[in-house]
Amino acid sequence: MADTQVLNNELNSSQQGSVKGSKPQTPANMEMNLNPKEQDFINAKSYLLTASTKTGLNLFDHLSRVLTKVLDERPENSIDIFEDLSKEQKKEKFTSDVDTVQDKLDQTTEVALAKIQTKLFSDAIESSKGDGEEEGAEEEDVETPLPNIMELAFFFEQAGVGLSREESVRIWLALKNLVDNHPLQHVRFWGKIFGTEQNYIVAEVEYREGEEEEEEEEEAEEGQEEETEKDNDDEEDEEAEEDDTPKPDFKPPAVIPKEENRTGSNKKTYFVCNDPGKPWIKLPPVTPAQIDIARKMKKFFTGRLDAPVVCYPPFPGNESNYLRAQISRISAGTHISPLGFYQFDEEEEEEEEGEGRDTFVENLDFEGIPVRDLVDPSLQNWVHHVQHILPQGRTTWWNPVQKNEDDFEDEEEDEEREEPDEPEPEVGPPLLTPLSEDAEVENLPPWTAKLSSNLVQQYAIAVMHSNLWPGAHAFANDKKFENVYVGWGHKYAADNYSPPPPPGVQEEFPSGPEITETEDPTPEEEAALRAAQQEAAEQAEDMEDLEDEDDEDD
Amino acid sequence: MDSDGLHLAIDYVGTSGLILSPEQKACLQTSFVILKSEGKFHKVYFWGKILGVKDDYFIAQGVGIDGMAEKRTFYSKDCVHWAILNPVSAENKEKTKLAKGRFTGDPSYEFEHIEIKKIAVPDSEEMQEEEETIMIKEEDRLSAVIDDIDQDVFIVPRGAFTKTPTGKVFENRTFEGLSVSEAAKQGSYLHFRDPIKLQEKTLLQKANMDKALDFLDPIDEDIPKGCWSLQFERGSGLVTLRSLQWIGYTFYHVPGTRQYGSCYCGTGEMNKDLPFML
Repeated sequence: MADTQVLNNELNSSQQGSVKGSKPQTPANMEMNLNPKEQDFINAKSYLLTASTKTGLNLFDHLSRVLTKVLDERPENSIDIFEDLSKEQKKEKFTSDVDTVQDKLDQTTEVALAKIQTKLFSDAIESSKGDGEEEGAEEEDVETPLPNIMELAFFFEQAGVGLSREESVRIWLALKNLVDNHPLQHVRFWGKIFGTEQNYIVAEVEYREGEEEEEEEEEAEEGQEEETEKDNDDEEDEEAEEDDTPKPDFKPPAVIPKEENRTGSNKKTYFVCNDPGKPWIKLPPVTPAQIDIARKMKKFFTGRLDAPVVCYPPFPGNESNYLRAQISRISAGTHISPLGFYQFDEEEEEEEEGEGRDTFVENLDFEGIPVRDLVDPSLQNWVHHVQHILPQGRTTWWNPVQKNEDDFEDEEEDEEREEPDEPEPEVGPPLLTPLSEDAEVENLPPWTAKLSSNLVQQYAIAVMHSNLWPGAHAFANDKKFENVYVGWGHKYAADNYSPPPPPGVQEEFPSGPEITETEDPTPEEEAALRAAQQEAAEQAEDMEDLEDEDDEDD
Repeated sequence: MDSDGLHLAIDYVGTSGLILSPEQKACLQTSFVILKSEGKFHKVYFWGKILGVKDDYFIAQGVGIDGMAEKRTFYSKDCVHWAILNPVSAENKEKTKLAKGRFTGDPSYEFEHIEIKKIAVPDSEEMQEEEETIMIKEEDRLSAVIDDIDQDVFIVPRGAFTKTPTGKVFENRTFEGLSVSEAAKQGSYLHFRDPIKLQEKTLLQKANMDKALDFLDPIDEDIPKGCWSLQFERGSGLVTLRSLQWIGYTFYHVPGTRQYGSCYCGTGEMNKDLPFML
């Protein structure tokens, strides 16, 4: 007991000791007669107080600090972590508490993002206030294209897919922002695509009739075309001047024209952003060539839209084009709806019967399909409502031959060549085809149908998971259905990817007698030739002799 | 991720598309408690789920005091009943690599692999082809894949575990989380498996290491370079690491706190195309 009391006293005085530095305190009663026990104690303490010659610290102060920390914080089983505590205490000695640099408010990325995102909330609050005061109840009746994301998120959560609720709210507000700033008729949360650096949140929109900002796009495209034409002209001029370089008679196959806005794979417009609250960026329309190459390659997205896509075969465009192509492919493959939710417009039906219908309207009489039937493994009650993309990269087939005939300059050359056979039109399944027609992927059923709950089945919803595009899901319940994609944007393949082989070596010249190497003459031929030469020489000599003789005669 | 805080922790990986339905959460939280007490585990981790064509597997791991050595794996299809998954022998593990395609969701399903062997026929130059059918049970494959994922990508932040002089690995009680700048470096995350590359390091490299903390391989030396995607979510409030080698593996850590964990939700197939995709 006595010892501990002394120790306590010493602990209290340790503060003083540390202030005074490592100089040992000489107790006043040094010269008094001490019993040997006390003398030992003082010796031990003065040893502990000896400062290290390297760091200037002493064990006594250090221990007292560590013990103070332990007693203040009272961690459980403190003996187990004593080494760490001691080490931490030593580390803390080196960090100064008063640092002018650290006092500056640290503008972390967290704060920066929060500042961006807070706009979403404050805008929403302001607009809701504004609506309430100025326009009153009338305005509320106006149909807004904004979907009820939280309701959909709730259903997806039942299914165990999608995104977390908090993120859904942010996306919802971001979509609201998009609706407020663009004349949109229809908006959907398409999904999320992961990238290696950042992720993409994708919104699928349809502009209101006639209000699309088409002009800008067209101008931009025309500009591009002109530029390319100019380039071509320049090249031709140069060639004409030099006059020597042979002109290659290779003509690239005609470029398959992209589909017009509002049709086929460009039916919808897509906006992406990296984080909800960051600006929405419109993706360019997709071209068949991009879809074609996207099918042959497999690359991760980086998260930067302007990043180049380095791959083989070379991709025409940057990452925004690649993203757009993958979105088209995923939409065409995985956007499904319950049978009967959409129907073909009866008026238009007759007109367009010839070439496959591409429009449909919502069936107002749709009653909903019982969940039991929706999860039936035959999948007859689900239909695709996005057009199938043909191998050509378009949803409607475009004949590459007819275009050749339009080119007047090349007409003569065309005639000289053999007429290429009329290609077989590519045909895909028509719109609103049931999923039961989907092809199997390497012995895999293309879709997995499930109930959201096994425990309370009467209230469960039907959920579809795509096996072809892992990450694509759909749910249906009563009259509601929705599709979402959360994934890396790649198609499933059981086998590993192998890039397509490079094309065969191009033929340089048509092989003919003038460029083929002659065969070496056989010895017989050589002998014959030699004999013939000798004969000719002899004859010539004879002639000369004769002439000589003639001369001599003269 | 730790089963104790599952309902909170699962939100951190929600941004990666890993969601549990409320029903699953409720089931798991009850059954994990029972699993922990019956198995006499120190901790039970929710490991993730492996998506099958017909059904999904939910995977849990129970660990003893030593976080590394005493580990048992369980699987369940309904989140309520758990069955133990026995480790596969090295020989069988090689075999399971032959199985191709997705998991079906039926543990007793057998994958078939036909191996064509060429056997020299005596007295003639021709080789005779002989077909050998190898059957691979899905349960074995599941166990092998989980082991592979643990080996390849299961990670912890540096400092979360300490190695004692006796060689045991304990959770570090004084771990206070990585700072934001540390969290941005891939070198701050370690493979939670017996180190492979550590022995190959030079003495000079080893000199600065803290033996108690740096006893594992950091992930910044993984091959190929760039096989991890490190992203900050919510600014710097949450760091997420996604493996590109095993697509679906997500690790999260809230910098400055003890909260970290990881989860796998995928098809259970390794991304063999990774070199082409970077």
